[in-house]
Amino acid sequence: MAILVALVVGCLYGAGIYLVLRRNLMKLILGLGLISHAANLLIFSAAGLRRGRPPIVPQGALAPEVPTAEPLAQALVLTAIVISFGLLAFTVTLLYRAHQITGSADLNALEDTDR
Amino acid sequence: MRPLLVLPLIIPLATAALTLLLGRSPRARQAVSTTGAALLLAAAVALLARVERDGIQVVQVGHWPYPFAISLVADLFSAVLVVLAGLLGLAVSVYSVAGLDTQRKAFGYDAFVHVLLLGVCGAFLTGDLFNLYVWFEVLLIASFALLALGGERPQIEGAVKYVTLNLLASALFLAAVGLLYGLTGTLSLADLAVKLPQTPRPGTVAAVAVLFLAAFGLKAALFPLFFWLPASYHTPPMAVTALFAGLLTKVGIYSLIRIFSLVFAHDFAFFQPVLLAIASLTMVTGVLGAASQYDFRRILAFHSISQVGYMLLGLALFAPLGLAGALFFILHHGLVKSSLFLVSGLTHRLRGTYQLKALGGLYVARPGVALLFAVFALALAGLPPSSGFFAKLALVREALAQGRYLTVAVALTVSVLTLFSMTKIWAEAFWKAPPEPVPEGPPLPRSLLVPVAALALAVLWLGLVPGPAFGLLTRAAEQLLSPEGYILAARGGGR
Repeated sequence: MAILVALVVGCLYGAGIYLVLRRNLMKLILGLGLISHAANLLIFSAAGLRRGRPPIVPQGALAPEVPTAEPLAQALVLTAIVISFGLLAFTVTLLYRAHQITGSADLNALEDTDR
Repeated sequence: MRPLLVLPLIIPLATAALTLLLGRSPRARQAVSTTGAALLLAAAVALLARVERDGIQVVQVGHWPYPFAISLVADLFSAVLVVLAGLLGLAVSVYSVAGLDTQRKAFGYDAFVHVLLLGVCGAFLTGDLFNLYVWFEVLLIASFALLALGGERPQIEGAVKYVTLNLLASALFLAAVGLLYGLTGTLSLADLAVKLPQTPRPGTVAAVAVLFLAAFGLKAALFPLFFWLPASYHTPPMAVTALFAGLLTKVGIYSLIRIFSLVFAHDFAFFQPVLLAIASLTMVTGVLGAASQYDFRRILAFHSISQVGYMLLGLALFAPLGLAGALFFILHHGLVKSSLFLVSGLTHRLRGTYQLKALGGLYVARPGVALLFAVFALALAGLPPSSGFFAKLALVREALAQGRYLTVAVALTVSVLTLFSMTKIWAEAFWKAPPEPVPEGPPLPRSLLVPVAALALAVLWLGLVPGPAFGLLTRAAEQLLSPEGYILAARGGGR
């Protein structure tokens, strides 16, 4: 299971970086999205993967009796998803404006500020 | 509960909300914004006084026990930087009365400024790694909005680069936080400092530390990762750029200093040569980039990069005098670089251009503005007696004491080149006769001049009477270098 998740994380990072390095605005958006997904999945798996063991404390006990899935990592991922969703929404709007201004989807059209 | 620690977060949040509610009335909005910034400065000064008197202040948010609570921790370093944020926030807020068009203000400029201050203060005060990530995102989204607000073509182009690279840095930061949590099961900075040396996998810890170095290095604009800064900083109105230049790279360098002096302190010997090399390369590339520019704002933006190198140098030396020099440098550069951008805004208002070749004759036309520029330019170059001189003196003395002569040579050469760039601006914009006869510019409103003059007084004070500030920052550096105090304080915490 851990190896499968590790492979998925690696593929997501690889695909994300490949897309970000392209010159197309749309691919830039998709790439940024994939990279943030990869980071989220990485956190989720870094804290340890346990299947079918919800972190619920039985009635009367003070701590769960068997090792359970890590709830805090999931809370972190949830927060990160919400944040990256907001940021990505902003990025989409910004890149749409950039497309309107330059009239092209090529990132190479955005070179005025580097001269 | 210690309200003083929470006030620097509540005041900007409330101010941002109020300015949005008062959206219809520009006058009321401006009044609220300036009052909020003044209150933030007052709260920050009170917090600094308290930290200086009673030691490190801690609040465990939500009354959760340590280390599960998200703690807010203010040591001297944090408190000084919160004061800097308050000061620059107030100066920019006053400058914006006349320095910004009504249209940008109608679209929530004031609210974004205060959200930015909220994120910056939060990043300075938090004692929790994931919380630091959240504050970074708060200040990022505000800075994205401020950068793109107005929608002019250069702004959008700059924003695309700034947003893309900062989102990548955030993703790296997030991954590093997750890996560290997987290794130790904790996110509290103080608890990490205790648990991390005991992990059985030192190799993984070093890899994670490099991820942090890349993420914060990108935000601080260190050597190979600085490209977003000169591509974007000169595009928005100068009030916005002043705020960015004064605070944003400082948050990156603050995080580097905090993380490497606290969490990864046990492994510092491994990173020292890397940090020293990056610091030297950052200084050199920034100053060389500036030498090739003929736009007032872009010269200043490139210098921001080379100056960050000095701050990193102080961390890399990792000794009381050097670190105190770096902290002094952060304070000095925050004031000076913001002010220089504000001065470039003044010259733009007078002549309508930032191109040095088209400027000229400002010394004759506006000796006051020329004097203000001279104060800041000499401080940036580090001529005695100025704030920059004492910061560099401390860094160079520490580097000499450690026998790092190459670094000293680089730091001094870059200093001379900085002076060269400042002389170029002086000669082109202020000294030479204007290329063609120019009409007398519009009179400068007092609300533009007063904040710049006030910052000039602060810079002069730092340069002429460096003793008190340097003493304070030396104690801050000693606190950073003996993290036991921080860990002990974070454990306690007023419930």
